[in-house]
Amino acid sequence: NSGLRKSFMLNTFCSKRNVGSSAWKALPERVKIVEVGPRDGLQNEKTVVPTEVKIHLIDMLSEAGLPVIEATSFVSPKWVPQMADQVEVMKGIRRRPGVAYPVLTPNLKGFQEAVKAGAAEVAIFGAASELFSKKNINCSVEESLQRFEEVTKAAKEAGVPVRGYVSCVLGCPYEGKVSPDKVAQVAKRLYSMGCYEISLGDTTGVGTPGGMTEMLEVVSREVPVTALAVHCHDTYGQALANILIALQMGVSVVDSSVAGLGGCPYAQGASGNVATEDVVYMLHGLGIQTGVDLTKVMDAGAFICRSLNRKTSSKVAQASCKL
Amino acid sequence: MGNVPATVKHCLSYEQLVQDFPWLAHWLQEEKEMVPTGVKIRLIDMLSETGLPVIEATSFVSSKWVPQMADHTEVLQGIQKHSHVRYPVLTPNMHGFKDAVAAGATEVAVFGSASETFSLKNINCSIDESMLRFQEIICSAKQQQIPVRGYVSCALGCPYEGHLEPTKVAEVVKRLYELGCYEVSLGDTIGVGTPGSMAKMLHTVMKEVPHSALAVHCHDTHGQALANILTALQMGICVVDSSVAGLGGCPYAHGASGNVSTEDVLYMLHGIGVRTGVDLSKVILAGDFICEALNRKTNSKVAQARGECW
Repeated sequence: NSGLRKSFMLNTFCSKRNVGSSAWKALPERVKIVEVGPRDGLQNEKTVVPTEVKIHLIDMLSEAGLPVIEATSFVSPKWVPQMADQVEVMKGIRRRPGVAYPVLTPNLKGFQEAVKAGAAEVAIFGAASELFSKKNINCSVEESLQRFEEVTKAAKEAGVPVRGYVSCVLGCPYEGKVSPDKVAQVAKRLYSMGCYEISLGDTTGVGTPGGMTEMLEVVSREVPVTALAVHCHDTYGQALANILIALQMGVSVVDSSVAGLGGCPYAQGASGNVATEDVVYMLHGLGIQTGVDLTKVMDAGAFICRSLNRKTSSKVAQASCKL
Repeated sequence: MGNVPATVKHCLSYEQLVQDFPWLAHWLQEEKEMVPTGVKIRLIDMLSETGLPVIEATSFVSSKWVPQMADHTEVLQGIQKHSHVRYPVLTPNMHGFKDAVAAGATEVAVFGSASETFSLKNINCSIDESMLRFQEIICSAKQQQIPVRGYVSCALGCPYEGHLEPTKVAEVVKRLYELGCYEVSLGDTIGVGTPGSMAKMLHTVMKEVPHSALAVHCHDTHGQALANILTALQMGICVVDSSVAGLGGCPYAHGASGNVSTEDVLYMLHGIGVRTGVDLSKVILAGDFICEALNRKTNSKVAQARGECW
């Protein structure tokens, strides 16, 4: 199965069109899924979810075999009321051995509170677009990177790993096109300051396999592909195709959100995060190991959708009352 | 061509035209409400203005079986036929074929299956029996210089038999091609396929039939359609079937989606620099029209997002 997978990838580019072989690698044997539903997903849902529901969701996701579950965010509750119960959530979840529970920390203060609340991994959130940075976190990209340096320095001293995010990697709701060089620049800074992994976010889901390939080619010259992840939004239905291309280019870490939680804040009624169920379905269909039990993820998705009184955005979940 | 990355350029030359083929007849067939003839005609006319090169207009099946298609003659005679667009119609048997020709059809399509059980349940005969029927049609069509397109359903899985061996799919595809179909469309009828199974199936089928005579018809029931289409394109397929607004649910899974939406396919193709000749904004308008007429929400994510992000 893996032999066929490898040869199919190579054959694709040793085609009759007589173009040279490109640097396509075989698909990864294993992909790490970073579950962002409890944080990124819930943050973008209008309904404020009770603390015990969040805790139960995270516990169900832990049981599903997900290796990384973004649990909460240490931003000021004034800005993100959904995450006001950050400390209770951190203390309430049942941590499964071998599972990481990173939390978002926008600045040093957030980092210190996170560590106090028991966080063992944190994440920082930069942008490849100046306008987006200003509108989203009220400062320029450079200013944000300086803030993050404070966090990574403190995290290093405390022995806490840091994951970096770069948003707007394939387009910005304010600036439109974003240059891959700018994305690479920001990714490189985050990597150099100590982030072990950089998640590249197609924040408005406008990317297609064309833009994804180009962006990854440029970024992977600055940051090793083994340290890259993709965070695709499905606003234009392109997420799985974009993820597939990223896998073909050697990326083996994929962010997703159970039930596709978290709409697009920039387009009324549009979808946002790609659904974990749909990603897992594709990966397993490709023979790629994830360690994830799809049925249990669907159970977690059904649970949170009931609590939010909303329909799932996962097509696999929708189809599951089937054949 | 803007930001077409080198690696994708290697697999898709600029000269390749990908035909989009809204499977209008198919999804309308699955809509529960009867759609007025005037609405069908208007939809096809709007689609003709978008640049789509092939639009499947209707189906000459018995109206007893598919009441939704009872107005097949009126539709075919009512649409404004553009010179650069083809309007194939489904013809399950000789009777349907003769009616289609009498009504002015200049291209027809026949519908086979890679699964015996699906063939029996869907068209009431075995694969072998269906091939005999198709042979009759194709012979007659050849004499009248009417091109015939073949479809093979269940190419990536059957609602009754489950997994189907790619060799079985290849066998049926080869038969249709050798009988005289100029193109064979491979349908993932229940949308269970993934890039893995798509690649395996195409790899096997392409040993028997040239890639230039193949098309993919992906359903989005499990959200895999665009990834599957991308895989097919990477393997040399350059004809893609899709359905405006992604309408037409999956009859085998209540509430699940079916056809992949033309708008989302176009968005991807244009994003990777493939030329289609189709105006996406006009397709969105056609989708808006039919959704309003059916009082349904679009299944196209592009139509839902519709540039409100910017």
